[in-house]
Amino acid sequence: MAAQLLQFLFAGLTSGAIYALAGLGFAIIYNASGVINFAQGEFIMIGGMAAATLTASGMPLPLAALVAVAGTMLVGMALEKLAIEPARDSDTVSVIIITIGASIFLRGLAQLAWGKGFHTLPAFSGEVPLAVLGASLMPQSLWVLGVSLAVIVLLWWFFNRTLFGKAMLATSHNRLAAELVGIAAKRVLLAAFALSALLGAVGGVVVAPITFANTEAGIMLGLKGFAAAVLGGLGNGFGAIVGGLAVGVAEALAAGTLSSAYKDAIAFIIILAVLIFRPQGIFGRKKVDRV
Amino acid sequence: MSKRSHRYGLIGLTLVVALAPLGFRNAYFYDVATNAMIQAVVCVGLNLLIGYAGQISLGHAGFFALGAYGSAILTSRYGLPSLAALAVSAAAVGGLAFLIGRPILKLAGHTLAMATLGIGIIIHIVLKTESWLTGGPDGMAVDTFTVFGLAVDGDRAWYWVCGGLLVIAVWLSCNLVNSPVGRALRAVHGSEVAAQVAGIDTAGTKVLVFVVSAVFASLAGGVFAHKSGMVTPDIGGFFHSIELVTMVVLGGMASAFGAVAGAVILTLLPQFLAGFEDYEAVVLGAVMMGTMIFLPKGLLPSLKAQVKRRMGA
Repeated sequence: MAAQLLQFLFAGLTSGAIYALAGLGFAIIYNASGVINFAQGEFIMIGGMAAATLTASGMPLPLAALVAVAGTMLVGMALEKLAIEPARDSDTVSVIIITIGASIFLRGLAQLAWGKGFHTLPAFSGEVPLAVLGASLMPQSLWVLGVSLAVIVLLWWFFNRTLFGKAMLATSHNRLAAELVGIAAKRVLLAAFALSALLGAVGGVVVAPITFANTEAGIMLGLKGFAAAVLGGLGNGFGAIVGGLAVGVAEALAAGTLSSAYKDAIAFIIILAVLIFRPQGIFGRKKVDRV
Repeated sequence: MSKRSHRYGLIGLTLVVALAPLGFRNAYFYDVATNAMIQAVVCVGLNLLIGYAGQISLGHAGFFALGAYGSAILTSRYGLPSLAALAVSAAAVGGLAFLIGRPILKLAGHTLAMATLGIGIIIHIVLKTESWLTGGPDGMAVDTFTVFGLAVDGDRAWYWVCGGLLVIAVWLSCNLVNSPVGRALRAVHGSEVAAQVAGIDTAGTKVLVFVVSAVFASLAGGVFAHKSGMVTPDIGGFFHSIELVTMVVLGGMASAFGAVAGAVILTLLPQFLAGFEDYEAVVLGAVMMGTMIFLPKGLLPSLKAQVKRRMGA
């Protein structure tokens, strides 16, 4: 029983790490602009698909991964420049439609470029499972967890130790005040999209060997990342990580012990329950309206 | 919009519905037009929620699918008459919307989007999974719609039934908007706190319009099921919910006629792309982004402003 639980935990943490990266992507863009970017899931898809097709065409894996991530960041920046910035003053519903439109648009382009089929990316260091306390752990899961952890540490360093990172944080706290002390808010917004695209693409590359890459794969991953971000408290980075891991583990436990058919519903059942009792999410601060 | 412009709009809509078949060349035209009008009925309801009350729902396809499956299951498995099945499903969906609307509509903006999205996805997964009742991912067949022994059959018959429904739906929506409830809705949209201070039961008003929009969606879903003779879980999927919201916003929020226009345009779009199916997603995405960037108020209000400017100049 303990070994089985451990098995579920491994599976849950692996997918949870991807949700956490996606959730962080949502949080960064939300903080910089107040926009919920529904195209976040497509960043994951593009990263995974690009890496898979590039390696299949003979490019060595590290280079393919690098190109995939860099390419996705360009897509993210283009999205910000062409679709988000022109609509700066639109209301929430309009911006939601724009980002959903962008996600459908990107998915359509990906289908034209790569077809509707599944693409595989070989596991980074073989497929021989490691035995841990009676449960088996795929080496790729370690890659997912390790890379996610490294990205999160780097992100922490960026936001707390570099000038530009601090400028981004300042903008998220008070845009006007940040502009008054000379921070270029437009550059911050562009950087936020690049950073979110990076988080998504990195997640997409490391998880592709486990889930297979397909142009439809981004939808659910993105929505669950959104659930993770809202669960932890929208705009709270730490909350997004905890939310992502919680969603992943709960999902794996439910799939293993209750019903695998309802695996995809778990994230949304949790989020509904949390929102009803704590609308600001677990780590979010209560919003007070100024009249 | 004033009462008078509502009346003109309603007469115009009735004329369009009545005269459009003059331009139809074959049964296929009737079929596409009927589909557009069914989506339009959902959008007229959803517009009350999004356009007037200012609340978003990314899960209305769930209510549409529940109405469709309710009608399908009650008629084929339990032998209920079509009209009764339609009414029972609508009442049940309304009840469900009331139960979840109370806690959920306390949320606002992005968290409300998340919650409604979650409800839609849960409904979709349930419909896909409980195959003993719903037929699973392949869906189920639906019996012919019969009223007092008279079967509604064929594309022409369905066109007139759905046309009638659409006109009634728009008429109901206009009446609601011009009632005290409608004024309360607009107050909630303007400022919820101010509306509360003015003595409006904001929570009750939001729940009421949520229930009304869910009932519209359920009825349209039931009609759609009988008309198609077949239902699949995908009519309740996230993508359909998005399409519905896009139709409302595309045509122009806070106008029942805008919602109808949006529904018609988005239903016709794939027809114009026949032969270029691979590009459908790209074009749909581009249309969604383009309208919101260049015509943020939606097609109808933007056109109106254009005309006004020309006339004034």
